[in-house]
Amino acid sequence: MNTMNQDITILAIESSCDETAAAVVRNGREVLSNVIYSQIDLHTLYGGVVPEIASRKHIEKINQVVTGALTDAKLSLNEIDAVAVTYGPGLVGALLVGVSAAKGIAFGAGKPLVGVNHIEGHVAANYITNPDLEPPFLCLIVSGGHTHLVMVEDYATFRVLGRTRDDAAGEAFDKVARAIGLGYPGGPKIDRAAKEGNPDAIVFPKTKIEGAPYDFSFSGLKSAVLNYINHANMSGETFRKEDLAASFQKNVVEALVSRAMLAAEEFHMPGIALAGGVASNSALRAAMDQACKERGLKFYRPDPILCTDNAAMIGAAGYYEYLRCREEGHFSGWNLNAVPGLKLGER
Amino acid sequence: MNSEKNVTEPLILMIESSGNVAGTALVRGKKVLAEYMTDLKKTHSETLMPMIDQMMELTGIKPSEINAVAVSGGPGSFTGLRIGSATAKGLALSLDVPMIHVPTIDAMAYQCPFFEGWIVPMMDARRNQVFTGIYRFDTKDGERSFEVIKPAFAMDITELLTMIKTEGTPSVLFLGDGAEVFADKIREMLPGAVFAPDFMGKQRAGAAGLLAYDMYERGETEAAADHKPEYLRQSQAEREREKKLGQEQ
Repeated sequence: MNTMNQDITILAIESSCDETAAAVVRNGREVLSNVIYSQIDLHTLYGGVVPEIASRKHIEKINQVVTGALTDAKLSLNEIDAVAVTYGPGLVGALLVGVSAAKGIAFGAGKPLVGVNHIEGHVAANYITNPDLEPPFLCLIVSGGHTHLVMVEDYATFRVLGRTRDDAAGEAFDKVARAIGLGYPGGPKIDRAAKEGNPDAIVFPKTKIEGAPYDFSFSGLKSAVLNYINHANMSGETFRKEDLAASFQKNVVEALVSRAMLAAEEFHMPGIALAGGVASNSALRAAMDQACKERGLKFYRPDPILCTDNAAMIGAAGYYEYLRCREEGHFSGWNLNAVPGLKLGER
Repeated sequence: MNSEKNVTEPLILMIESSGNVAGTALVRGKKVLAEYMTDLKKTHSETLMPMIDQMMELTGIKPSEINAVAVSGGPGSFTGLRIGSATAKGLALSLDVPMIHVPTIDAMAYQCPFFEGWIVPMMDARRNQVFTGIYRFDTKDGERSFEVIKPAFAMDITELLTMIKTEGTPSVLFLGDGAEVFADKIREMLPGAVFAPDFMGKQRAGAAGLLAYDMYERGETEAAADHKPEYLRQSQAEREREKKLGQEQ
Protein backbone atom coordinates (compact mmCIF):
# COMPACT_ATOMS: atom_id res chain seq x y z
CA MET A 1 0.00 0.00 0.00
CA ASN A 2 2.49 2.59 -1.18
CA THR A 3 1.03 6.06 -1.40
CA MET A 4 4.20 8.03 -0.81
CA ASN A 5 4.11 9.88 -4.08
CA GLN A 6 0.42 10.75 -4.21
CA ASP A 7 -1.71 12.49 -1.60
CA ILE A 8 -5.20 11.15 -1.05
CA THR A 9 -7.78 13.65 0.15
CA ILE A 10 -11.08 12.38 1.53
CA LEU A 11 -14.32 14.27 2.12
CA ALA A 12 -15.99 12.46 5.04
CA ILE A 13 -19.58 12.61 6.28
CA GLU A 14 -20.93 11.36 9.62
CA SER A 15 -24.58 11.32 10.73
CA SER A 16 -25.01 8.09 12.69
CA CYS A 17 -26.49 9.63 15.84
CA ASP A 18 -26.97 13.24 16.92
CA GLU A 19 -24.04 15.06 15.31
CA THR A 20 -24.16 16.20 11.70
CA ALA A 21 -20.53 16.34 10.66
CA ALA A 22 -18.24 16.68 7.66
CA ALA A 23 -14.45 16.84 7.39
CA VAL A 24 -11.63 16.83 4.89
CA VAL A 25 -8.69 14.58 5.76
CA ARG A 26 -5.45 14.05 3.84
CA ASN A 27 -3.69 10.68 3.86
CA GLY A 28 -5.69 9.49 6.85
CA ARG A 29 -3.72 11.58 9.33
CA GLU A 30 -3.91 15.26 8.47
CA VAL A 31 -7.20 17.03 9.26
CA LEU A 32 -7.76 19.92 6.86
CA SER A 33 -11.19 20.71 8.28
CA ASN A 34 -13.58 19.24 10.84
CA VAL A 35 -17.09 20.71 11.05
CA ILE A 36 -19.55 19.38 13.64
CA TYR A 37 -23.10 20.52 14.13
CA SER A 38 -24.17 19.14 17.49
CA GLN A 39 -27.87 18.63 18.15
CA ILE A 40 -27.33 17.98 21.83
CA ASP A 41 -29.35 20.96 23.08
CA LEU A 42 -32.34 19.77 21.10
CA HIS A 43 -32.24 16.24 22.52
CA THR A 44 -31.58 17.42 26.07
CA LEU A 45 -35.24 18.51 26.12
CA TYR A 46 -36.17 14.84 25.81
CA GLY A 47 -33.49 13.37 28.09
CA GLY A 48 -31.84 11.47 25.25
CA VAL A 49 -31.51 11.22 21.50
CA VAL A 50 -34.86 11.09 19.67
CA PRO A 51 -34.19 9.30 16.35
CA GLU A 52 -36.83 11.10 14.28
CA ILE A 53 -35.76 14.52 15.53
CA ALA A 54 -32.11 13.65 14.87
CA SER A 55 -32.91 12.59 11.30
CA ARG A 56 -34.87 15.77 10.64
CA LYS A 57 -32.03 17.93 11.90
CA HIS A 58 -29.47 16.01 9.84
CA ILE A 59 -31.27 16.77 6.59
CA GLU A 60 -31.49 20.47 7.47
CA LYS A 61 -27.78 20.75 8.25
CA ILE A 62 -26.07 18.28 5.95
CA ASN A 63 -25.23 20.69 3.12
CA GLN A 64 -24.03 23.40 5.48
CA VAL A 65 -21.52 21.10 7.20
CA VAL A 66 -20.24 19.70 3.88
CA THR A 67 -19.85 23.16 2.34
CA GLY A 68 -18.26 24.35 5.59
CA ALA A 69 -15.73 21.50 5.56
CA LEU A 70 -14.73 22.21 1.94
CA THR A 71 -14.49 25.95 2.59
CA ASP A 72 -12.39 25.48 5.75
CA ALA A 73 -10.08 23.13 3.85
CA LYS A 74 -9.91 25.66 0.98
CA LEU A 75 -10.66 22.89 -1.49
CA SER A 76 -13.26 22.32 -4.17
CA LEU A 77 -14.95 18.98 -4.75
CA ASN A 78 -12.73 18.52 -7.82
CA GLU A 79 -9.70 18.32 -5.55
CA ILE A 80 -11.20 15.51 -3.45
CA ASP A 81 -10.29 11.89 -4.25
CA ALA A 82 -13.29 10.17 -2.66
CA VAL A 83 -16.37 10.69 -0.51
CA ALA A 84 -16.40 8.57 2.67
CA VAL A 85 -19.52 8.13 4.76
CA THR A 86 -20.58 6.30 7.91
CA TYR A 87 -23.06 3.56 6.95
CA GLY A 88 -23.30 1.84 10.33
CA PRO A 89 -23.68 1.13 13.13
CA GLY A 90 -26.10 3.78 14.32
CA LEU A 91 -29.68 5.01 14.02
CA VAL A 92 -30.99 3.86 10.65
CA GLY A 93 -32.89 7.06 9.78
CA ALA A 94 -29.95 9.21 10.79
CA LEU A 95 -27.44 7.08 8.86
CA LEU A 96 -29.60 7.21 5.73
CA VAL A 97 -29.33 11.00 5.52
CA GLY A 98 -25.53 10.90 5.41
CA VAL A 99 -25.40 7.88 3.12
CA SER A 100 -27.90 9.37 0.64
CA ALA A 101 -26.25 12.79 0.62
CA ALA A 102 -22.81 11.21 0.17
CA LYS A 103 -24.08 9.23 -2.82
CA GLY A 104 -25.52 12.38 -4.40
CA ILE A 105 -22.27 14.30 -3.87
CA ALA A 106 -20.04 11.47 -5.09
CA PHE A 107 -22.22 10.81 -8.14
CA GLY A 108 -22.49 14.47 -9.08
CA ALA A 109 -18.76 15.03 -8.65
CA GLY A 110 -17.78 11.76 -10.34
CA LYS A 111 -15.85 10.52 -7.29
CA PRO A 112 -15.76 7.07 -5.69
CA LEU A 113 -17.94 6.37 -2.65
CA VAL A 114 -16.42 4.69 0.40
CA GLY A 115 -18.69 3.31 3.13
CA VAL A 116 -17.08 3.45 6.58
CA ASN A 117 -17.86 1.64 9.84
CA HIS A 118 -18.47 4.18 12.59
CA ILE A 119 -16.59 2.16 15.22
CA GLU A 120 -13.59 1.78 12.92
CA GLY A 121 -13.78 5.57 12.68
CA HIS A 122 -13.44 5.86 16.46
CA VAL A 123 -10.37 3.61 16.32
CA ALA A 124 -8.90 5.67 13.47
CA ALA A 125 -9.30 8.91 15.46
CA ASN A 126 -6.10 7.74 17.16
CA TYR A 127 -4.15 7.91 13.88
CA ILE A 128 -4.88 11.62 13.70
CA THR A 129 -3.72 12.49 17.21
CA ASN A 130 -0.83 10.00 17.26
CA PRO A 131 1.04 10.17 13.93
CA ASP A 132 3.43 7.38 14.98
CA LEU A 133 0.66 4.89 15.81
CA GLU A 134 0.50 1.86 13.55
CA PRO A 135 -1.17 -1.52 13.94
CA PRO A 136 -0.96 -3.84 15.73
CA PHE A 137 -2.33 -2.37 18.95
CA LEU A 138 -5.14 -2.97 21.39
CA CYS A 139 -8.08 -0.59 21.28
CA LEU A 140 -10.73 -0.04 23.93
CA ILE A 141 -13.77 1.58 22.35
CA VAL A 142 -16.20 3.04 24.87
CA SER A 143 -19.14 5.27 24.02
CA GLY A 144 -22.84 5.68 24.61
CA GLY A 145 -23.58 2.91 22.15
CA HIS A 146 -20.48 0.70 22.17
CA THR A 147 -18.09 -1.07 24.51
CA HIS A 148 -15.55 -3.14 22.59
CA LEU A 149 -12.09 -4.45 23.36
CA VAL A 150 -10.46 -4.97 20.00
CA MET A 151 -7.15 -6.10 18.60
CA VAL A 152 -6.34 -3.88 15.62
CA GLU A 153 -4.26 -6.31 13.56
CA ASP A 154 -4.07 -4.08 10.51
CA TYR A 155 -5.78 -0.87 9.32
CA ALA A 156 -8.81 -2.80 8.10
CA THR A 157 -8.45 -6.02 10.11
CA PHE A 158 -9.97 -6.23 13.55
CA ARG A 159 -10.37 -8.98 16.09
CA VAL A 160 -13.03 -8.34 18.70
CA LEU A 161 -11.80 -9.83 21.98
CA GLY A 162 -14.62 -8.61 24.19
CA ARG A 163 -17.80 -6.59 24.16
CA THR A 164 -20.56 -5.61 26.52
CA ARG A 165 -23.23 -8.20 27.17
CA ASP A 166 -25.86 -5.55 27.95
CA ASP A 167 -25.53 -1.78 28.40
CA ALA A 168 -22.71 0.18 26.80
CA ALA A 169 -20.48 1.93 29.34
CA GLY A 170 -21.68 5.36 28.23
CA GLU A 171 -25.29 4.22 28.53
CA ALA A 172 -24.64 3.26 32.18
CA PHE A 173 -23.21 6.76 32.76
CA ASP A 174 -26.37 8.30 31.27
CA LYS A 175 -28.72 6.16 33.35
CA VAL A 176 -26.89 6.73 36.63
CA ALA A 177 -26.62 10.46 35.94
CA ARG A 178 -30.36 10.59 35.38
CA ALA A 179 -31.05 8.63 38.57
CA ILE A 180 -29.14 11.11 40.71
CA GLY A 181 -30.53 14.13 38.88
CA LEU A 182 -27.38 15.23 37.06
CA GLY A 183 -29.11 15.23 33.69
CA TYR A 184 -28.04 14.43 30.15
CA PRO A 185 -25.48 13.70 28.78
CA GLY A 186 -24.34 11.65 31.76
CA GLY A 187 -20.66 11.07 30.92
CA PRO A 188 -19.26 14.56 31.41
CA LYS A 189 -21.67 15.28 34.31
CA ILE A 190 -20.59 12.21 36.29
CA ASP A 191 -16.95 12.94 35.50
CA ARG A 192 -17.30 16.46 36.93
CA ALA A 193 -19.29 15.41 40.01
CA ALA A 194 -16.88 12.54 40.73
CA LYS A 195 -13.98 14.98 41.06
CA GLU A 196 -15.66 16.26 44.25
CA GLY A 197 -16.47 12.80 45.56
CA ASN A 198 -14.84 9.90 47.38
CA PRO A 199 -14.46 6.91 45.02
CA ASP A 200 -14.25 4.51 47.98
CA ALA A 201 -17.38 5.78 49.73
CA ILE A 202 -19.62 3.07 48.29
CA VAL A 203 -18.45 -0.33 47.11
CA PHE A 204 -20.47 -1.66 44.19
CA PRO A 205 -20.07 -5.29 43.12
CA LYS A 206 -17.68 -6.20 40.34
CA THR A 207 -19.11 -8.10 37.40
CA LYS A 208 -17.21 -10.98 35.83
CA ILE A 209 -18.51 -13.14 33.03
CA GLU A 210 -17.74 -16.83 33.28
CA GLY A 211 -15.63 -18.08 30.39
CA ALA A 212 -15.44 -14.66 28.72
CA PRO A 213 -12.62 -12.78 30.45
CA TYR A 214 -12.76 -9.80 28.07
CA ASP A 215 -16.50 -9.23 28.01
CA PHE A 216 -18.20 -6.47 29.97
CA SER A 217 -21.53 -6.14 31.73
CA PHE A 218 -22.84 -2.90 33.15
CA SER A 219 -26.51 -3.60 33.77
CA GLY A 220 -25.78 -5.32 37.10
CA LEU A 221 -23.78 -2.31 38.24
CA LYS A 222 -26.54 0.03 37.07
CA SER A 223 -29.11 -1.98 39.08
CA ALA A 224 -26.86 -1.97 42.13
CA VAL A 225 -26.62 1.82 41.91
CA LEU A 226 -30.39 2.21 41.49
CA ASN A 227 -31.02 -0.19 44.40
CA TYR A 228 -28.63 1.76 46.55
CA ILE A 229 -30.49 4.99 45.80
CA ASN A 230 -33.91 3.40 46.41
CA HIS A 231 -32.76 1.84 49.65
CA ALA A 232 -31.31 5.12 50.85
CA ASN A 233 -34.50 6.99 49.95
CA MET A 234 -36.73 4.46 51.69
CA SER A 235 -34.70 4.26 54.86
CA GLY A 236 -34.26 8.02 54.99
CA GLU A 237 -30.48 7.78 54.70
CA THR A 238 -28.64 10.44 52.79
CA PHE A 239 -25.66 10.12 50.49
CA ARG A 240 -23.55 12.58 48.58
CA LYS A 241 -24.22 12.53 44.84
CA GLU A 242 -20.55 13.22 44.30
CA ASP A 243 -19.56 10.14 46.30
CA LEU A 244 -21.99 7.97 44.39
CA ALA A 245 -20.76 9.33 41.04
CA ALA A 246 -17.13 8.74 42.02
CA SER A 247 -17.78 5.23 43.33
CA PHE A 248 -19.78 4.24 40.27
CA GLN A 249 -17.16 5.69 37.95
CA LYS A 250 -14.38 3.87 39.77
CA ASN A 251 -16.16 0.57 39.27
CA VAL A 252 -16.59 1.18 35.52
CA VAL A 253 -13.01 2.35 35.07
CA GLU A 254 -11.63 -0.68 36.91
CA ALA A 255 -13.69 -3.04 34.76
CA LEU A 256 -12.40 -1.37 31.59
CA VAL A 257 -8.76 -1.06 32.60
CA SER A 258 -8.40 -4.57 34.11
CA ARG A 259 -9.68 -6.28 30.97
CA ALA A 260 -7.54 -4.11 28.71
CA MET A 261 -4.42 -4.98 30.72
CA LEU A 262 -5.28 -8.68 30.73
CA ALA A 263 -5.66 -8.66 26.94
CA ALA A 264 -2.52 -6.60 26.33
CA GLU A 265 -0.52 -9.16 28.29
CA GLU A 266 -2.13 -12.23 26.74
CA PHE A 267 -1.76 -11.01 23.16
CA HIS A 268 1.60 -9.21 23.63
CA MET A 269 0.29 -5.88 22.43
CA PRO A 270 2.84 -3.05 22.40
CA GLY A 271 0.29 -0.35 23.18
CA ILE A 272 -3.30 0.46 24.05
CA ALA A 273 -5.49 3.11 22.47
CA LEU A 274 -8.74 4.53 23.81
CA ALA A 275 -11.58 5.51 21.50
CA GLY A 276 -15.18 6.74 21.70
CA GLY A 277 -16.95 9.38 23.74
CA VAL A 278 -16.08 7.85 27.13
CA ALA A 279 -12.39 8.06 26.13
CA SER A 280 -12.70 11.70 27.25
CA ASN A 281 -13.45 10.59 30.81
CA SER A 282 -10.65 11.95 33.00
CA ALA A 283 -10.64 9.06 35.47
CA LEU A 284 -10.42 6.49 32.66
CA ARG A 285 -7.59 8.38 31.00
CA ALA A 286 -5.66 8.68 34.25
CA ALA A 287 -6.14 5.04 35.26
CA MET A 288 -5.23 3.76 31.80
CA ASP A 289 -2.17 5.98 31.63
CA GLN A 290 -1.02 4.73 35.04
CA ALA A 291 -1.63 1.05 34.26
CA CYS A 292 0.20 1.34 30.92
CA LYS A 293 3.18 3.06 32.55
CA GLU A 294 3.45 0.28 35.13
CA ARG A 295 3.61 -2.32 32.38
CA GLY A 296 5.78 -0.41 29.92
CA LEU A 297 2.97 -0.16 27.38
CA LYS A 298 2.43 2.80 25.09
CA PHE A 299 -0.84 4.62 25.78
CA TYR A 300 -2.71 6.46 23.03
CA ARG A 301 -5.89 8.49 23.12
CA PRO A 302 -7.46 10.90 20.64
CA ASP A 303 -7.86 14.61 21.31
CA PRO A 304 -11.17 15.20 23.12
CA ILE A 305 -12.72 16.77 19.99
CA LEU A 306 -12.02 13.51 18.15
CA CYS A 307 -13.50 11.30 20.91
CA THR A 308 -17.12 12.30 20.40
CA ASP A 309 -18.74 11.66 17.03
CA ASN A 310 -17.03 13.58 14.25
CA ALA A 311 -16.28 13.20 10.57
CA ALA A 312 -12.49 13.61 10.75
CA MET A 313 -12.26 10.10 12.22
CA ILE A 314 -14.41 8.84 9.33
CA GLY A 315 -11.98 10.54 6.97
CA ALA A 316 -9.08 8.75 8.67
CA ALA A 317 -10.77 5.33 8.52
CA GLY A 318 -12.08 6.20 5.04
CA TYR A 319 -8.51 6.71 3.81
CA TYR A 320 -7.46 3.19 4.76
CA GLU A 321 -10.72 1.79 3.40
CA TYR A 322 -10.13 3.75 0.18
CA LEU A 323 -6.71 2.14 -0.19
CA ARG A 324 -8.17 -1.31 0.42
CA CYS A 325 -11.00 -0.73 -2.10
CA ARG A 326 -8.58 0.63 -4.68
CA GLU A 327 -6.41 -2.44 -4.33
CA GLU A 328 -9.43 -4.71 -4.71
CA GLY A 329 -10.61 -2.69 -7.70
CA HIS A 330 -14.04 -1.65 -6.47
CA PHE A 331 -15.51 0.96 -4.16
CA SER A 332 -18.92 1.05 -2.45
CA GLY A 333 -21.82 0.65 -4.89
CA TRP A 334 -24.63 3.15 -5.46
CA ASN A 335 -26.84 0.65 -3.63
CA LEU A 336 -24.93 1.19 -0.36
CA ASN A 337 -27.48 0.95 2.43
CA ALA A 338 -27.41 1.99 6.06
CA VAL A 339 -26.62 -0.99 8.30
CA PRO A 340 -27.70 -0.05 11.83
CA GLY A 341 -26.15 -3.18 13.39
CA LEU A 342 -22.92 -3.20 11.36
CA LYS A 343 -20.24 -5.27 13.11
CA LEU A 344 -16.64 -4.26 13.48
CA GLY A 345 -14.55 -5.53 10.55
CA GLU A 346 -17.70 -6.54 8.62
CA ARG A 347 -17.65 -5.65 4.90
CA MET B 1 -36.93 18.60 -34.97
CA ASN B 2 -35.62 21.80 -33.50
CA SER B 3 -32.50 20.61 -31.71
CA GLU B 4 -31.21 24.11 -30.92
CA LYS B 5 -34.35 24.83 -28.94
CA ASN B 6 -33.84 21.65 -26.95
CA VAL B 7 -30.37 22.68 -25.86
CA THR B 8 -31.62 25.93 -24.36
CA GLU B 9 -34.44 24.22 -22.46
CA PRO B 10 -33.54 23.40 -18.86
CA LEU B 11 -32.67 19.81 -18.00
CA ILE B 12 -34.24 18.70 -14.72
CA LEU B 13 -33.51 15.53 -12.77
CA MET B 14 -36.61 14.50 -10.81
CA ILE B 15 -36.40 12.24 -7.74
CA GLU B 16 -39.41 10.54 -6.13
CA SER B 17 -39.20 8.39 -3.00
CA SER B 18 -42.03 9.66 -0.80
CA GLY B 19 -43.87 6.33 -0.59
CA ASN B 20 -43.45 2.77 -1.81
CA VAL B 21 -42.48 3.95 -5.28
CA ALA B 22 -38.89 4.79 -6.07
CA GLY B 23 -38.73 6.82 -9.24
CA THR B 24 -36.55 9.15 -11.20
CA ALA B 25 -36.93 11.04 -14.47
CA LEU B 26 -34.96 13.32 -16.74
CA VAL B 27 -37.08 16.13 -18.13
CA ARG B 28 -35.94 18.66 -20.71
CA GLY B 29 -38.42 21.48 -20.96
CA LYS B 30 -41.84 19.90 -21.40
CA LYS B 31 -40.41 16.62 -22.62
CA VAL B 32 -39.86 13.56 -20.47
CA LEU B 33 -36.60 12.10 -21.81
CA ALA B 34 -36.43 9.14 -19.47
CA GLU B 35 -38.32 7.74 -16.54
CA TYR B 36 -37.54 4.86 -14.22
CA MET B 37 -40.06 3.55 -11.71
CA THR B 38 -40.14 0.63 -9.29
CA ASP B 39 -42.80 -0.27 -6.76
CA LEU B 40 -41.06 -2.99 -4.77
CA LYS B 41 -40.65 -3.80 -1.13
CA LYS B 42 -37.02 -2.69 -1.25
CA THR B 43 -35.49 0.22 0.60
CA HIS B 44 -35.07 3.29 -1.56
CA SER B 45 -31.50 3.48 -0.38
CA GLU B 46 -30.76 0.36 -2.43
CA THR B 47 -32.74 1.28 -5.55
CA LEU B 48 -32.83 5.04 -6.05
CA MET B 49 -29.20 5.87 -6.81
CA PRO B 50 -28.64 2.79 -9.03
CA MET B 51 -31.75 3.86 -10.99
CA ILE B 52 -30.40 7.38 -11.45
CA ASP B 53 -27.02 5.96 -12.46
CA GLN B 54 -28.53 3.58 -15.02
CA MET B 55 -30.86 6.21 -16.44
CA MET B 56 -28.00 8.67 -16.89
CA GLU B 57 -25.89 6.02 -18.53
CA LEU B 58 -28.66 4.96 -20.93
CA THR B 59 -29.46 8.51 -21.97
CA GLY B 60 -25.80 9.41 -22.31
CA ILE B 61 -26.47 12.58 -20.37
CA LYS B 62 -23.71 13.71 -18.05
CA PRO B 63 -24.58 14.92 -14.54
CA SER B 64 -22.90 18.24 -15.35
CA GLU B 65 -25.64 18.93 -17.93
CA ILE B 66 -28.36 19.03 -15.25
CA ASN B 67 -29.77 22.51 -14.56
CA ALA B 68 -31.84 21.73 -11.49
CA VAL B 69 -32.56 18.80 -9.18
CA ALA B 70 -36.22 18.35 -8.27
CA VAL B 71 -37.51 16.19 -5.45
CA SER B 72 -40.90 15.04 -4.34
CA GLY B 73 -40.88 17.03 -1.12
CA GLY B 74 -43.66 15.46 0.89
CA PRO B 75 -45.75 14.58 2.66
CA GLY B 76 -45.03 10.87 2.79
CA SER B 77 -42.93 8.32 4.61
CA PHE B 78 -40.50 10.28 6.80
CA THR B 79 -37.54 8.06 5.96
CA GLY B 80 -38.49 7.78 2.27
CA LEU B 81 -38.70 11.56 1.95
CA ARG B 82 -35.31 11.97 3.55
CA ILE B 83 -33.62 9.47 1.24
CA GLY B 84 -34.89 11.43 -1.76
CA SER B 85 -34.17 14.83 -0.23
CA ALA B 86 -30.66 13.95 0.93
CA THR B 87 -29.79 12.43 -2.45
CA ALA B 88 -31.14 15.53 -4.22
CA LYS B 89 -29.34 17.88 -1.82
CA GLY B 90 -26.06 16.03 -2.38
CA LEU B 91 -26.47 16.11 -6.14
CA ALA B 92 -27.44 19.79 -6.18
CA LEU B 93 -24.48 20.63 -3.92
CA SER B 94 -21.94 18.89 -6.13
CA LEU B 95 -23.47 20.15 -9.39
CA ASP B 96 -23.93 23.65 -7.95
CA VAL B 97 -27.52 23.91 -9.21
CA PRO B 98 -30.78 24.92 -7.49
CA MET B 99 -33.41 22.53 -6.21
CA ILE B 100 -37.14 22.38 -6.87
CA HIS B 101 -39.42 21.21 -4.08
CA VAL B 102 -42.37 19.53 -5.82
CA PRO B 103 -45.31 18.97 -3.45
CA THR B 104 -45.91 15.21 -3.56
CA ILE B 105 -49.72 15.30 -3.51
CA ASP B 106 -49.82 18.04 -6.17
CA ALA B 107 -47.66 15.91 -8.45
CA MET B 108 -49.92 12.89 -8.01
CA ALA B 109 -52.99 14.92 -9.08
CA TYR B 110 -51.00 16.47 -11.94
CA GLN B 111 -50.67 13.10 -13.64
CA CYS B 112 -54.47 12.76 -14.11
CA PRO B 113 -55.32 15.73 -16.38
CA PHE B 114 -58.30 14.22 -18.23
CA PHE B 115 -60.65 13.84 -15.34
CA GLU B 116 -63.55 16.30 -15.01
CA GLY B 117 -64.17 16.95 -11.34
CA TRP B 118 -62.19 16.84 -8.13
CA ILE B 119 -58.98 14.83 -8.05
CA VAL B 120 -58.09 13.57 -4.57
CA PRO B 121 -54.74 11.78 -4.12
CA MET B 122 -54.34 10.01 -0.80
CA MET B 123 -51.38 8.58 1.07
CA ASP B 124 -52.05 6.37 4.05
CA ALA B 125 -50.87 8.33 7.10
CA ARG B 126 -51.88 5.64 9.65
CA ARG B 127 -54.21 6.15 12.61
CA ASN B 128 -57.16 6.46 10.17
CA GLN B 129 -55.65 9.55 8.62
CA VAL B 130 -54.57 10.33 5.09
CA PHE B 131 -52.22 12.88 3.57
CA THR B 132 -54.34 14.35 0.82
CA GLY B 133 -55.20 17.45 -1.22
CA ILE B 134 -57.91 18.59 -3.64
CA TYR B 135 -57.30 19.51 -7.29
CA ARG B 136 -58.98 19.88 -10.65
CA PHE B 137 -58.18 20.60 -14.28
CA ASP B 138 -59.94 23.10 -16.53
CA THR B 139 -59.54 23.61 -20.23
CA LYS B 140 -58.13 27.03 -21.10
CA ASP B 141 -57.11 27.98 -24.66
CA GLY B 142 -57.16 24.35 -25.69
CA GLU B 143 -54.81 23.25 -22.89
CA ARG B 144 -55.54 21.57 -19.62
CA SER B 145 -54.80 23.94 -16.77
CA PHE B 146 -54.02 22.63 -13.29
CA GLU B 147 -55.81 24.14 -10.32
CA VAL B 148 -54.95 23.51 -6.67
CA ILE B 149 -58.20 23.78 -4.70
CA LYS B 150 -56.68 22.75 -1.39
CA PRO B 151 -52.95 21.92 -1.11
CA ALA B 152 -51.64 19.00 0.96
CA PHE B 153 -53.15 18.43 4.38
CA ALA B 154 -53.64 15.57 6.84
CA MET B 155 -57.18 14.57 7.79
CA ASP B 156 -59.23 11.78 9.29
CA ILE B 157 -60.63 9.68 6.43
CA THR B 158 -64.28 9.88 7.53
CA GLU B 159 -64.05 13.62 8.06
CA LEU B 160 -62.49 14.05 4.62
CA LEU B 161 -65.12 11.94 2.83
CA THR B 162 -67.93 13.79 4.62
CA MET B 163 -66.46 17.09 3.46
CA ILE B 164 -66.13 15.84 -0.13
CA LYS B 165 -69.71 14.56 -0.04
CA THR B 166 -71.11 17.98 0.83
CA GLU B 167 -68.72 20.25 -1.09
CA GLY B 168 -67.27 18.13 -3.88
CA THR B 169 -68.11 17.48 -7.51
CA PRO B 170 -70.58 14.65 -8.28
CA SER B 171 -67.75 12.50 -9.53
CA VAL B 172 -64.41 12.40 -7.70
CA LEU B 173 -61.19 10.67 -8.75
CA PHE B 174 -59.18 8.94 -6.01
CA LEU B 175 -55.62 7.70 -6.30
CA GLY B 176 -52.64 6.73 -4.17
CA ASP B 177 -52.06 4.01 -1.59
CA GLY B 178 -54.52 5.70 0.78
CA ALA B 179 -57.29 5.27 -1.79
CA GLU B 180 -56.42 1.59 -1.92
CA VAL B 181 -56.47 1.18 1.85
CA PHE B 182 -59.79 3.00 2.26
CA ALA B 183 -61.44 1.87 -1.03
CA ASP B 184 -64.41 0.20 0.66
CA LYS B 185 -65.13 3.17 2.83
CA ILE B 186 -64.84 5.55 -0.14
CA ARG B 187 -67.26 3.46 -2.26
CA GLU B 188 -69.68 3.26 0.63
CA MET B 189 -69.76 6.99 1.31
CA LEU B 190 -69.31 8.29 -2.23
CA PRO B 191 -71.10 6.29 -4.94
CA GLY B 192 -69.64 8.62 -7.61
CA ALA B 193 -66.08 7.71 -6.72
CA VAL B 194 -63.68 6.75 -9.51
CA PHE B 195 -60.33 5.06 -8.92
CA ALA B 196 -57.26 5.66 -11.06
CA PRO B 197 -55.61 2.59 -12.57
CA ASP B 198 -52.31 1.58 -11.02
CA PHE B 199 -50.03 3.09 -13.70
CA MET B 200 -51.34 6.57 -12.92
CA GLY B 201 -52.48 5.85 -9.40
CA LYS B 202 -49.08 6.15 -7.77
CA GLN B 203 -46.23 8.64 -7.66
CA ARG B 204 -44.69 9.02 -11.12
CA ALA B 205 -41.45 10.92 -11.54
CA GLY B 206 -42.19 11.82 -15.18
CA ALA B 207 -45.34 13.76 -14.32
CA ALA B 208 -43.71 15.27 -11.24
CA GLY B 209 -40.79 16.32 -13.45
CA LEU B 210 -43.13 18.27 -15.73
CA LEU B 211 -44.64 20.01 -12.73
CA ALA B 212 -41.07 20.75 -11.61
CA TYR B 213 -40.46 22.37 -15.01
CA ASP B 214 -43.53 24.62 -14.55
CA MET B 215 -42.19 25.63 -11.15
CA TYR B 216 -38.70 26.22 -12.54
CA GLU B 217 -40.12 28.52 -15.22
CA ARG B 218 -41.97 30.47 -12.51
CA GLY B 219 -38.72 30.84 -10.59
CA GLU B 220 -39.91 28.59 -7.77
CA THR B 221 -36.51 27.11 -6.95
CA GLU B 222 -34.61 26.97 -3.67
CA ALA B 223 -30.99 26.68 -2.58
CA ALA B 224 -30.03 23.06 -1.90
CA ALA B 225 -28.77 23.98 1.57
CA ASP B 226 -32.19 25.35 2.51
CA HIS B 227 -34.23 22.39 1.31
CA LYS B 228 -36.03 20.18 3.81
CA PRO B 229 -38.98 17.83 3.37
CA GLU B 230 -42.53 18.86 4.23
CA TYR B 231 -43.62 16.15 6.69
CA LEU B 232 -47.02 17.70 7.55
CA ARG B 233 -46.64 16.06 10.92
CA GLN B 234 -44.43 16.49 13.95
CA SER B 235 -42.38 13.64 15.33
CA GLN B 236 -44.09 11.55 17.98
CA ALA B 237 -41.72 12.83 20.67
CA GLU B 238 -42.58 16.45 19.82
CA ARG B 239 -46.31 15.75 19.81
CA GLU B 240 -46.14 14.05 23.19
CA ARG B 241 -43.97 16.77 24.66
CA GLU B 242 -46.34 19.53 23.52
CA LYS B 243 -49.31 17.61 24.83
CA LYS B 244 -47.58 17.26 28.20
CA LEU B 245 -46.61 20.95 28.30
CA GLY B 246 -50.19 21.85 27.36
CA GLN B 247 -51.56 19.80 30.24
CA GLU B 248 -49.18 21.40 32.71
CA GLN B 249 -50.29 24.91 31.81
